[in-house]
Amino acid sequence: MDHRMKQTPFARLGRRAFAALAAASFVVAALPAAAQDKFIVMASTTSTEQSGLFAHLLPAFKAATGIEARVVALGTGQALDMGRRGDADVLFVHDQVAEEKFVADGFGLKRTPVMYNDFVLVGPAADPAGTKGKDIVAALGKLAAGKSEFVSRGDKSGTHAAELRYWKAAGLDTPVGKVAGYKECGCGMGPALNIASSTGAYVLADRGTWLSFKNRGDLAVLVEGDTRLFNQYGVIVVNPARHPHTKTDLAQAFADWVVSPAGQATIAAYKIGGEQLFFPNAGK
Amino acid sequence: MSAALLSLRGVSVRFGTVQALKNASLDVCAGDVIALVGANGSGKTTLLRTLHGLVRHSGERRVADAAALQAMVFQRPFMMRLSVWNNLRLALWLGGVPRAERDERGLQALQRMDIVELRDRPARALSGGQQQRLALARAWALKPRILFLDEPTASLDPTAKKEVEALLAGFAADGMTLVMSTHNLGQAKRLATRVIYLDQGEIQVDLPTAWFFSDRVEGRAQQFAKGEMTWTIE
Amino acid sequence: MGAFAESFATAFHLIVHADPVLVRTVALSLLVSGSACACAAAFGLAGGAWLAVARFPGHRVLLMGLNTLLALPSVVVGLVVYLLLSRSGPLGSWGLLFTPTAMVIAQTVLVLPVVAALSRQLVGDSLREGGDQLRSMGAGPMLCALLMLVHDRWAVVTVLLTAFGRAIAEVGAVMIVGGNIDGITRVMTTTIALETSKGDLPLAMALGLVLLAVVGVVNVGIGLIQRGTGSALAGVR
Repeated sequence: MDHRMKQTPFARLGRRAFAALAAASFVVAALPAAAQDKFIVMASTTSTEQSGLFAHLLPAFKAATGIEARVVALGTGQALDMGRRGDADVLFVHDQVAEEKFVADGFGLKRTPVMYNDFVLVGPAADPAGTKGKDIVAALGKLAAGKSEFVSRGDKSGTHAAELRYWKAAGLDTPVGKVAGYKECGCGMGPALNIASSTGAYVLADRGTWLSFKNRGDLAVLVEGDTRLFNQYGVIVVNPARHPHTKTDLAQAFADWVVSPAGQATIAAYKIGGEQLFFPNAGK
Repeated sequence: MSAALLSLRGVSVRFGTVQALKNASLDVCAGDVIALVGANGSGKTTLLRTLHGLVRHSGERRVADAAALQAMVFQRPFMMRLSVWNNLRLALWLGGVPRAERDERGLQALQRMDIVELRDRPARALSGGQQQRLALARAWALKPRILFLDEPTASLDPTAKKEVEALLAGFAADGMTLVMSTHNLGQAKRLATRVIYLDQGEIQVDLPTAWFFSDRVEGRAQQFAKGEMTWTIE
Repeated sequence: MGAFAESFATAFHLIVHADPVLVRTVALSLLVSGSACACAAAFGLAGGAWLAVARFPGHRVLLMGLNTLLALPSVVVGLVVYLLLSRSGPLGSWGLLFTPTAMVIAQTVLVLPVVAALSRQLVGDSLREGGDQLRSMGAGPMLCALLMLVHDRWAVVTVLLTAFGRAIAEVGAVMIVGGNIDGITRVMTTTIALETSKGDLPLAMALGLVLLAVVGVVNVGIGLIQRGTGSALAGVR
């Protein structure tokens, strides 16, 4: 329309609104910078977090060093991927082969063993496949021969990697397609236990998650104590050469503390129902 | 003829495949009260909107004074979900009236249209006639040079119709230029100085009122003037 | 049925005793989703208004694209934002990953299409009714559209409540970009997911009920405000 300077009132309003929005954006952008105490991002596994270890261990670490460790819990494979992308400062996982490759490929500085816990084979209390005992490889052999269901995490986790090693030791390169009742859920330990509990299946679990798992239904521990079931944890500081933004010093402080006598004692002190879950073995 | 405030020369408007206005030419002069008459779909509303500058068209549209305000009142007035007073203030703001004058002009407008006691009511809760008076207040407060009206009394009851007509007559008496479309021949006779008859998008007749309603006009226009087409004279 | 009864009892217990961890989690949920809603409102309402009046070639294609984004899975949004904010990604140096800010960004991206598409519809409908009048009064096309947002303000509130509901109920995006870090980026939905995976189903359900209760309170609040100020001017027609 051509008959008035209609833009004037709107233009004034528009300019004021834009200025307000710009000011607000600056405030919002500055917020993360303002809330900056010392912290590191630690990539670890769901089974470790769900065991409750971190709620016990990390406050002790903070008390000793003033550093807050923020745990992002994923499967071991995803945790290592996170390390490769530089989104974590330190890794705390349990798959020795994958960890050593990680360091060899130059993504991590050094792998240091910290502690171990163990796996257990859990299944229906009635144990239709007759797996009960102290031999995991024999148990899996019986499962392969029969029709019982087995739930696998199938998620590149440390637990999954261990499970596949046991199947291999029992003579099966890949259980998929060869074991009648084998099911992969692509999920964490808890959901896998949920599935096993509701369908009466067998599942390989870490003792920590099992002890805190509340939906057991008919499940019980059938195979334990086999030394092959021991699950070794390692700590790795992410290599700053690849990702200069990582907080290497603070991450190293964690790596040093967790293998120190104080850290190792804190690990040993963690119990569920009077039972120790993790056995420190740094420097052994 | 006094100088033209607004002129159209050979203006055509097309909406999709429909030719709404064909080759329209006219001058709107200061002090005119023009009635646009014609059947439904003859192009009255399109011509009105084109004169006001709301529609894309081919041909030439010239405005004598680019700074002079125009205002328009539609058949069904659109009121924002605000109070009467805030609707008025919005119009004053959009019309570029300086802040210092807004309150005074707004109040004057309410008084002139006799709706002062309604000022804090929600505008959409008013009756049809009251809303139309508010629409007139909103337009008048801007002191427009030309006021366009699209069938301003068509949806009103007889009492409201009379009130609005009286207000329009008052505007005309004050010297405001009005261009209004109407179905109501009696209204055209009462208010207009000039009648333009449209048929199928073309201006057929453009005459002073007295001439339009005399025997000088022929054919369909004559039929129309004599009310032989499909509406009533009031 | 026992699990449901247990959940109701647990939910009631949690609310009455105002467990501090729960309160903190609820507060973070409200903060993250509320902020995302506010950002989406700022950009989405303006964008929706603009789309209602924009007439450039290809604006119809843009509109179809926008409507398609209404069905964006929250996990996909989470992945995209994660890859952007990752230290190996383009915005890695901002250091936003695994912070509440990243969660706000992800949820804003998720609900922005909702706000834009719905407000575009509202504005378009109202412009059909009163666009001519406002243009006649001297408003340019964009100003007409923004005035229609004021005119339809209670419908806009409903749109924003819809967006808020979508944001506070989603878990895929915040899980990926936030990392579900205890005390930092753990919100109601990620807590529910965690408790479910730990097998504590009654607690997970109870938390779900608490979340619904919180959103219910927000809705009641808005309703009271509407009763107090809005309905008088809500208009008869």
